[in-house]
Amino acid sequence: MQEVELSDILTAREDGDYIVNIGPQHPSTHGVMRFVVSLKGEMLEYVIPHCGYIHRGIEKMCERMTYPQIIHLTDRMDYLSAHMNNEAVSLLVEKATGVEVPERVKYIRTILSELQRIASHQLWWAAFGMDMGGLTCFFYGLRDREHILDIFEESFGSRLLHSYVCPGGLMGDIHPNFQKRTKEFIKYFRKKLPEYDQLLTGNVIFEQRTKGMGIMSKADAISFGATGPVGRGSNFACDIRKKFPYSAYDKVDFKEILYTEGDSWARYKVRVDEMWESMKIIEQLIDNIPEGDYSAKMKPVIKLPEGEYSQRVETAKGDLGVFVVSKGEKYPYRMHFRTPNFNNLFVISQLCAGNKIADLIAISGSLDLVIPDIDR
Amino acid sequence: MNSVGKYFSDIFYGIKSLWKGLMVTGYYFVHPGTIVTQQYPENRKELKMFDRFKGEVILKHDENNFHSCNGCGICQLNCPNGSIEIISDSVPNEDGKSERIIDKHIYHLSMCTFCGLCIKSCPNDSLAWGQEFEHAVFNRDVLTKILNKPGSRIKKVPKEPKAPKPVTETVPTSNPAN
Ligand code: SF4
Ligand code: SF4
Repeated sequence: MQEVELSDILTAREDGDYIVNIGPQHPSTHGVMRFVVSLKGEMLEYVIPHCGYIHRGIEKMCERMTYPQIIHLTDRMDYLSAHMNNEAVSLLVEKATGVEVPERVKYIRTILSELQRIASHQLWWAAFGMDMGGLTCFFYGLRDREHILDIFEESFGSRLLHSYVCPGGLMGDIHPNFQKRTKEFIKYFRKKLPEYDQLLTGNVIFEQRTKGMGIMSKADAISFGATGPVGRGSNFACDIRKKFPYSAYDKVDFKEILYTEGDSWARYKVRVDEMWESMKIIEQLIDNIPEGDYSAKMKPVIKLPEGEYSQRVETAKGDLGVFVVSKGEKYPYRMHFRTPNFNNLFVISQLCAGNKIADLIAISGSLDLVIPDIDR
Repeated sequence: MNSVGKYFSDIFYGIKSLWKGLMVTGYYFVHPGTIVTQQYPENRKELKMFDRFKGEVILKHDENNFHSCNGCGICQLNCPNGSIEIISDSVPNEDGKSERIIDKHIYHLSMCTFCGLCIKSCPNDSLAWGQEFEHAVFNRDVLTKILNKPGSRIKKVPKEPKAPKPVTETVPTSNPAN
């Protein structure tokens, strides 16, 4: 597909061509994202995403913040994967300073990441169903997500932006009820997840709107750098948890979900299956959390030795990379986040070409975009 | 004939799949016991937040209006966005030396991001999370609070051998880094 500039489309218009702006305030686009859409009749020709509407300059702000302070900014990138974002920076700082965190911290971090992944996929399932016109899904998804948010709220006080994982370990110990509640949730959700299939997976309207829609080949997934469920729906094995295990992922047994179709349906199935896998991971760990400290001893002022560091984690959306250039000070000299949503967004033009305009929302929904993560 | 058969089987398949979904919603419709929605403003009396809920930052006071903040300003240094301002004062103590006390512990709730670094870094464990969450007001100035209550004083702890300090990530003013 050749490069398209907005001006090219605007000048090369024929009869029956339209340029339509979708967003930035369209409620179905999950945030302030603007799509410039070129239409031939009802068929999509190009979709050009315009980002930057909620750019907050997080990378620049990080340059004037100490490492513990940076944590609270990473929450605000992909707010549905707050734990994994915190963990990425924490792991990087630990790696650079050579701190070994206690086993207990590793286990808790892994459990939290998986709970967060389930919560993120639940919200995506809810919103995706709603995009397709099934409002019921929205209520049912949020109903189950509430249980996870309660676990989070009891243990560390917040539901969305936790800032709980910090360099060296955790901000505080988990609540005494944490294990009990998590086990209750797994039991509950094992019963409720089949409902998701009854409501949406087998639904004829949903099937026809997703099967064969927005097909992405494996080669495209790799060349666009699409990771996470978007990449794995195209048979691109890109799970960082498997490839470069961190925390306690090397101790657990789980499958990397791969589908070969590459359409919206495959991306949907990847996420639903991942919820099952996440529950499996939690079950393996929840009874075996070792005793110990919730934090390693860190220096009062954390300084990274001079050099360049990077760390990757698997968030609910894909591969999050953090890159830091340090000059040996307590602030990073340069900080860069390679966010999964940014790369996942730009496949949209590829996926939409040749489909109808109503499918734009369905296809962008299947990418599970979190706009603050794109703009950051 | 074949296409006619497919036409009808498609219709039946569609109806069956919709029926499956309706069974789920129908089940919940006739089981009002499964309702999880809370009637929020009405249930204010029974609504209890979790103990660790992050509603706002408070300065712990005991029943005699004593707190343990000595105005060192470490929380102010650790706050990533300047939500805390410490105005300290010095008064002569019994020995005639001047001693630093807290005059105003100003907390801008409107700017706070609830990161918890101030609470974690306070060497005297003076700060805590409050569970109040109804912060909607018409005027933003109301959200700027003075945390030390009027008339409150610092609690004098008799000098003991110091307990091992908790792990903190503080930027101590008197202790040059590393
Ligand atoms: S860090 Fe603690 S003792 Fe020091 S000024 Fe803040 S609240 Fe007071
Ligand atoms: S919780 Fe964080 S943002 Fe709020 S006052 Fe404390 S340090 Fe500042």
